[in-house]
Formats: sequence, C-alpha cells, structure tokens
Amino acid sequence: MTLDEILSSLFPGGHDVGQRDRGLIRGSGALQGDGRVQVLGVVDRTPIGVEEALQLSEWVLDIVARGGNEPILVIVDSGSQRMSKRDELLGLNEYLAHLAKALIYADLQGHATVGLLFGHTAAGAFIATALATRTLVALPGAHPEVMDLPSMSRVTKLPIEFLTEKAKSTPVFAPGLENLARTGAVCAKWDDKRSLADQLHMLLKERGEHRDQRDALGKRRNGRPKAADIQERVRELALRA
Amino acid sequence: MSARSPVERGAGQQRKAASWYEASARERVRLLLDVHSFQELLGPEERQISPHLHIFNLPEQFDDGMIVGKGLLVGRKVFIAAQEGRFMGGAFGEVHGAKLTGMLRAVRDAASIPLFILFDTGGVRLQEANAGELAIAEIMRALMEARIAGARVIGLIGGRAGCYGGGGLIAGCCSALVVSEQGRISVSGPEVIETNLGAEEFDSKDRALVWRTMGGKHRRLIGGADMFVDDTIESFRIAAVKLMRSPRAFDADVLKSEQSRLRQRLDQFGSCADARDIWRMEGVEDPNAVPEMAPDAFIALADKIREPCHDAR
Repeated sequence: MTLDEILSSLFPGGHDVGQRDRGLIRGSGALQGDGRVQVLGVVDRTPIGVEEALQLSEWVLDIVARGGNEPILVIVDSGSQRMSKRDELLGLNEYLAHLAKALIYADLQGHATVGLLFGHTAAGAFIATALATRTLVALPGAHPEVMDLPSMSRVTKLPIEFLTEKAKSTPVFAPGLENLARTGAVCAKWDDKRSLADQLHMLLKERGEHRDQRDALGKRRNGRPKAADIQERVRELALRA
Repeated sequence: MSARSPVERGAGQQRKAASWYEASARERVRLLLDVHSFQELLGPEERQISPHLHIFNLPEQFDDGMIVGKGLLVGRKVFIAAQEGRFMGGAFGEVHGAKLTGMLRAVRDAASIPLFILFDTGGVRLQEANAGELAIAEIMRALMEARIAGARVIGLIGGRAGCYGGGGLIAGCCSALVVSEQGRISVSGPEVIETNLGAEEFDSKDRALVWRTMGGKHRRLIGGADMFVDDTIESFRIAAVKLMRSPRAFDADVLKSEQSRLRQRLDQFGSCADARDIWRMEGVEDPNAVPEMAPDAFIALADKIREPCHDAR
C-alpha cells in the first residue's frame, strides 16, 4: 500500500497528516468512534540521522507536553540509521536513544504507542522508531532487517554467497517480516484488504497492559525459545534476598 | 584514614595495577566490587548457551558472554552486568540480551538498587540478528522503566570491543556514562560506514580517525559521556562510586533538557568536518595535542571545557 492509501483507509473521517521535511510525516487523524490519534513517522526509505531523530523526538515531546492520552501512531518506511562520519561525530547514538526514550516515556505516560511498518526499516533506525513502540504491526510488503547482507558479510567475514544461502533456511538471522515476527518483534500483520481504521480501533481497544509482552510472544512463536524464561529467572534470582 | 583490612589493601593495589581494557569481564566485575562480594546469577554452571550458534558451527560459551549478578560497592548493595568482548565481540544474542533484560526488570522492581552495565560490544550478534535486535529494544524499554521507577543505571565503557551498534543506543539510555580513552561509542562501526559509503567517507584503517571520531576523549568533550577516567579498574571504581551517589529520577524535564542539549550540539557543531574542528570551537587551544594527552591533563582540560550535564540524559 502507498502512504496515501494507508492514510485514507486509517482515517475515513479525515486527517491532516502530511510530509514535512526530509521524508518525515506529522499530523493527526480522527479515530473511529471518537478522539484522535497523533501521527508521526518516516517515509520514502529515508535514513535516520541526527536531524531526523531530533525532529521526531521534538514532536513526541510536544505531544507529551500537551497532556491527555491520545495514542501515537508511528508510521515507518525508513532506511537504516544514516551511516556517515558526520552523524557519528555528532553522537548519533544519543540522538537515536533520545528518540526511543521519548517514545517509551510517552507510552508510559498514557499515550499508547503503536508502530505501523509498511515498507523498509533496518538496524538502529528500526530500534529507535518501530521497536520503541509498545505494539508493532506490519502491512504486507513490509521488509524489516537488522543489517543488509553485504555489511553483514563485511562484519562477520563470511562470504555473501554463504549468507544468502543461510538466509533461506535460518529464520533467527534472516531479514524479513516473517522472521522478525517469529521472535515477537511484530505483534500482528494487518490485512490490507480490510479497513485499517477497524483494525486500529480493535488494536487500541484490546491492547493489554503496559508491560513488554514481546518475550512471551517470541516463546509462543518459537522464534526465541529461551529469552522469556531467562529474563524471568534472572529477575527472580536478583530480587531474592 | 579509615582502617582497612589487609585483604582490602591488597585489592586496592590490584585495582590500581589492572588495566580495564586488558581485563576479562569477570576480572572487571571482581575488582570493581568490594572483595568477595560478587554473587553471580545464572552462571556458567547452568550452561545457558545460545540456541542458535550451532547453526553456524560456532563454539558456544556457558555464560553466552554476559555475566550478571549482585554485590557490594563500598558497602552498598548493587546490581551488575558485564559483557565479555572476547566472546563473539561481546555481541547481543538471545541469551546474552535476556540476562540483561532480567537484571533491568529486577532494578525496576527494586527501584532503589543501582545497576552498573560494563559494556564491551560490537552490537547485535549477526548470527542471531533478529533475536539480538529485539533484545536491544527490550533492554531499552526495561532500562527506561527502571529509571522512571527511580533507579540509576550507569554504563562503564573502556573494553576491547568498544560500545557499538545497539550497544551505543543502550548506552544513550543510561543515567550516566564513564569512559576511558579506549571507550569508543558509536552506532555504525568504521567498517560498516566504509562498506556503505566508501573509504573516502571513512577509512576504517585510519586508527587515529576512528579514535578521534568515536573514542572516549571525543565523547567526553561533546558531552556524550559524563566522566573520563584512565584505564585502571581503580579509576572506574572511583567513578562508579561517585555516580552512584547522585540520584536523579527520570521525568519529562530530563527529556526536555536532553532535547535542548542535543539541539544545541547540532546547531553549534553541525558543520564541523572533523573532531578537531569541534574541539577548537569548544575552546581547546591545541586540538592536535588532545589524542596524545595524558589522562590527568585531559581530565583537567575537559573539566574546564564542559561541565557534565547529569540532568540532561
């Protein structure tokens, strides 16, 4: 689906979401029933560098400062983090962490955060946007990845042919929506044939407690067989006197 | 002078002689904490190995390169988590990450016990990339829950693998960071930038360039880290004690201050091409001398240039 199709299906009652600068979008839309949802995001496979991260976090903090409990929808079709000398020189890790912190804080303050992945995302950009929301959903055609295979090949010193072959048979390392969903990173896949407004309405209605549920999901889907149990055991042991 | 036992005096001497960079994760934990106080949780005897590395015919390690537990620091109860940079480059896999998430959830629930994270990592473990990527996201969520509950989470960075990729993002969530010169912090590593943009953009073999762009001195000078220390375990311990004692809850004001701190940095230095240009603009008279500067001289210089902003992180 294109961004326009997504926005029309999400907000039949109208919205003012538009492209601002450098591949970033901002606005809000009318929710089914009543109330509004605040929308921000990154589109056109734009890489997230220091400027993009700082603009997005500013919008999140504006929403928090206004109070209330309107949900925040983060729409994502991004590149990776911008890989440049300048971004690292300026401390990109702090800018990306700050964006994630703002989203997590907003969620804990009552602005339920929902990520909607409809295109590409990767690496640090993925962590700072989609994975920093409480509930991440994806549309068919979404393509998340941790790192592209050529860079992976360079870092692991494994030949690209070998990695391409392995990617076909090994979900825990291979790029793609199905593989990420198995770990628990993606909560649900939305149906692009149905009204997205209905699906968003259901999600916001059914959304559970604040606590991070992704470990349990990864265990149920057998994408991360050990994480949930180890987290809980360590927590219990640490709290024991 | 307080009376100290011979055991403690011996430990003090060991700490002064031990290089943080050279030490193993276990050695760092043992010497950072009070003598014989470390109690490991889910240690190697439990053999919690990675369920994925065998697919790549890679050797497993019984602790998966992450050591977690509790102990005492100058008599106060603390939690601790340390990455072993010599196993898989300290990278985050499923088990490795889950141990840290578990510790952070305990910190959240206990609320008043600080956690020290001894970073030494190349980022996500690519052989189990999806599990590792999500582990980073879970860690960041748990870390913020812990800080909002009132706990301190302090990062110590000075290991062989530095603090790269998702490790850099986790570091950016900590209440405070201590770095040594060797403590490189960055998202994209030098090789990754070079692979994507070419050696003209970033020559990963130019060690001096790597250190001045990502190294501990630069991070301290731009405010990316709170304290700079020399490479001994004793110095990291002194810094850890100091930072443990400055409690500050995380709230909307902290986020707002950080927003302005990062905005100001971008406005001031956004057009600088090299770390030396930034240092010069900050008032360092001879930027070329910074890389060779001894730790004491550098600390004096850094304290003159920039006060650490504990309330904007």
